[in-house]
Amino acid sequence: MTTISHVAPQDAALPKVKVDVLPLLLVPLLALLMLPLVGSFPTWVTLTIAGLAMGMMVFMMASGLTLIFGLMDVLNFGHGAFVSVGAFTATLVLLPMKSWVEADSVLMNLSVLGLAILLAMLVTGLLGWAFERIIIRPVYGLHLKQILITMGGMIVAEQLIHVIWGAEQIPLQLPTTFRGAFIVGDAALEKYRLIAVGVGLTVFITMFLVLNRTKVGLLIRAGVENGEMVEALGYRIRRLFVGVFMAGSALAGLGGVMWGLYKETLTAAIGGEITVLVFIVIIIGGLGSVGGCFIGAMLVALVANYAGFLAPKVALVSDILLMVTVLLWRPQGLYPVAKR
Amino acid sequence: MIRTLFSGDLPRSRLLSAMLLAVLVGLALAPFLFHGARSLNVAATICVFVVLVASYDLLLGYTGIVSFAHTMFYGIGAYGVGLALHGMGPSWWAILVGTAGALAVSLVLALIIGLFSLRVRAIFYAMITLAVAAAFAVVASQLSDLTGGEDGRTFKVPELLQPGFHLIDGEILGRAIDGKLITYYLVFFSALALFLLMLRIVNSPFGRVLQAIRENDFRAEALGYRTVIYRTLANCLGALIATLAGVLMALWLRYVGPKTMLSFEVMTDILLIVVIGGMGTIYGAVIGSALFILAQNYLQVLMAQASASLSGVPLLANLFHPDRWLLWLGVLFVLSVYFFPTGIVGRLRSKALARRAP
Repeated sequence: MTTISHVAPQDAALPKVKVDVLPLLLVPLLALLMLPLVGSFPTWVTLTIAGLAMGMMVFMMASGLTLIFGLMDVLNFGHGAFVSVGAFTATLVLLPMKSWVEADSVLMNLSVLGLAILLAMLVTGLLGWAFERIIIRPVYGLHLKQILITMGGMIVAEQLIHVIWGAEQIPLQLPTTFRGAFIVGDAALEKYRLIAVGVGLTVFITMFLVLNRTKVGLLIRAGVENGEMVEALGYRIRRLFVGVFMAGSALAGLGGVMWGLYKETLTAAIGGEITVLVFIVIIIGGLGSVGGCFIGAMLVALVANYAGFLAPKVALVSDILLMVTVLLWRPQGLYPVAKR
Repeated sequence: MIRTLFSGDLPRSRLLSAMLLAVLVGLALAPFLFHGARSLNVAATICVFVVLVASYDLLLGYTGIVSFAHTMFYGIGAYGVGLALHGMGPSWWAILVGTAGALAVSLVLALIIGLFSLRVRAIFYAMITLAVAAAFAVVASQLSDLTGGEDGRTFKVPELLQPGFHLIDGEILGRAIDGKLITYYLVFFSALALFLLMLRIVNSPFGRVLQAIRENDFRAEALGYRTVIYRTLANCLGALIATLAGVLMALWLRYVGPKTMLSFEVMTDILLIVVIGGMGTIYGAVIGSALFILAQNYLQVLMAQASASLSGVPLLANLFHPDRWLLWLGVLFVLSVYFFPTGIVGRLRSKALARRAP
């Protein structure tokens, strides 16, 4: 027996993973391309920021969904329900603490917003746990039933919101210091949009770090690639499922709070309406890919904003057109996940 | 004779046969049995929904495709006829042109969506149809010059179908033979014919292949059936029949609008009916539609009473508020997906089967 001679030396670097940069370039390319079309620079800045803000909020809602799909092969058509529940839970904080919302102090405003987000994420996270247990667990691996059952869950959740919070629209007030806009040069940058961009970036970076720098992240990524193998190595993938489902639901709740404040009125249908956009985003990004989902969200939101300014009629179908274009280029989405 | 008419697929359960017969007789004699505009409207809606839901069952129950674009095709049919009658005036030609145009548009759309996304997995198709249908609804309500926007369009139907028209003087069984009655029977017999046609389709060799694809598409492919083509065909058939259902609805209501024809609520209604009635049975569409539409129209009255009697209790009163009837149906829907996935019809059939062979 000879020893295996071609073992790599201990300190040799692993072969570099090839980074697919083309999709990364899409967002800046699109923004630059639109600059001459829009014409005026300040308008372009405003539009771009608005697009980025919207994209960040959509990303928050979509990232959980795509991760859940990637890991568990479950597409939750009821994901929108978490968005609605998150937004409505926030009213439990924002309405009674009206004085803090109306106070002209950044600190008070921030803390009340933070509290609302925390509560919303907690509630939607717990709801996600219950949802996974009651609704989804019996139908793992059965796609048809999954679609039906999560759709049913969505209907029930929407109706329950009506039962608890009533059927009327709830007006939501933006905290005082977040209203208005900064004027930089001639461009108006709405403060709340900047906050949304900030929160969204934080979520993205945190997610990126967790997925790429921690053991849990490693397991999740391994689970996306090949769940059975992870199980064979002795990890309880079921716990991972539950954890990811809760985190994804909580993120949807966070997105719901931000989105609700952005719209400034709440209806129970808020989640259902955004679901379509979320689906388009994760299809564009490649089902299961968080990075693709981020780029997809930015693209969809930017295109919607530019189209809304340049050709309002086209804006109605801009999402679909974008999706078709992307799918013609890459039929599996921007970043196809290996096993699908 | 009856066997041929039902394409050899009889109800196979005494209770089910009785229920079907009750629905059939009720619908056939609705104008004479029940008086008042509302009950006739309920009966016509049931007829249209039987066709619409059965055509959806063709996709969901028989082929295993989840589509959320079924209301889109329904809406295309309704808008096709509606806009043709609105633009060309009340003539039979307009109906013909509108129907043909709508069928053509539906067919092309169904083909494109199908070929584009049916190659991949069921989930993908569900998401794409959801997105396309949503976009279509928005476009239809925004192109207000053409479609009348949110308000929709009212239009006149040919003279024979107008409520003011009287075929003969006097009454038969206490009912004037007017245009409304003629329209009702036009809807009823078209629905009946389409229903029997669908029963024929699912019991043909073609229908068997669809079921094979539903059970195991890999194996069906291995047996030499081009699953993509069969799926696309089923999709187109479902779309065309849904379009015809839309045509009937538009003729009955003499109105088209996004709320009644294109909204997502119609889609959830279809889903609820198909699952509660029984997937993959076609008969489920009849039982489901009848129960659902009746519940939609009359359950709310009951719930209002329950709510009123509970008005002291804060949350319970809300639970039984008449507008919350969808909550209870949603719960029923979730439970039926778990516990009796073949719905009412499947349940009755398996019971009958168990009794026959103890």
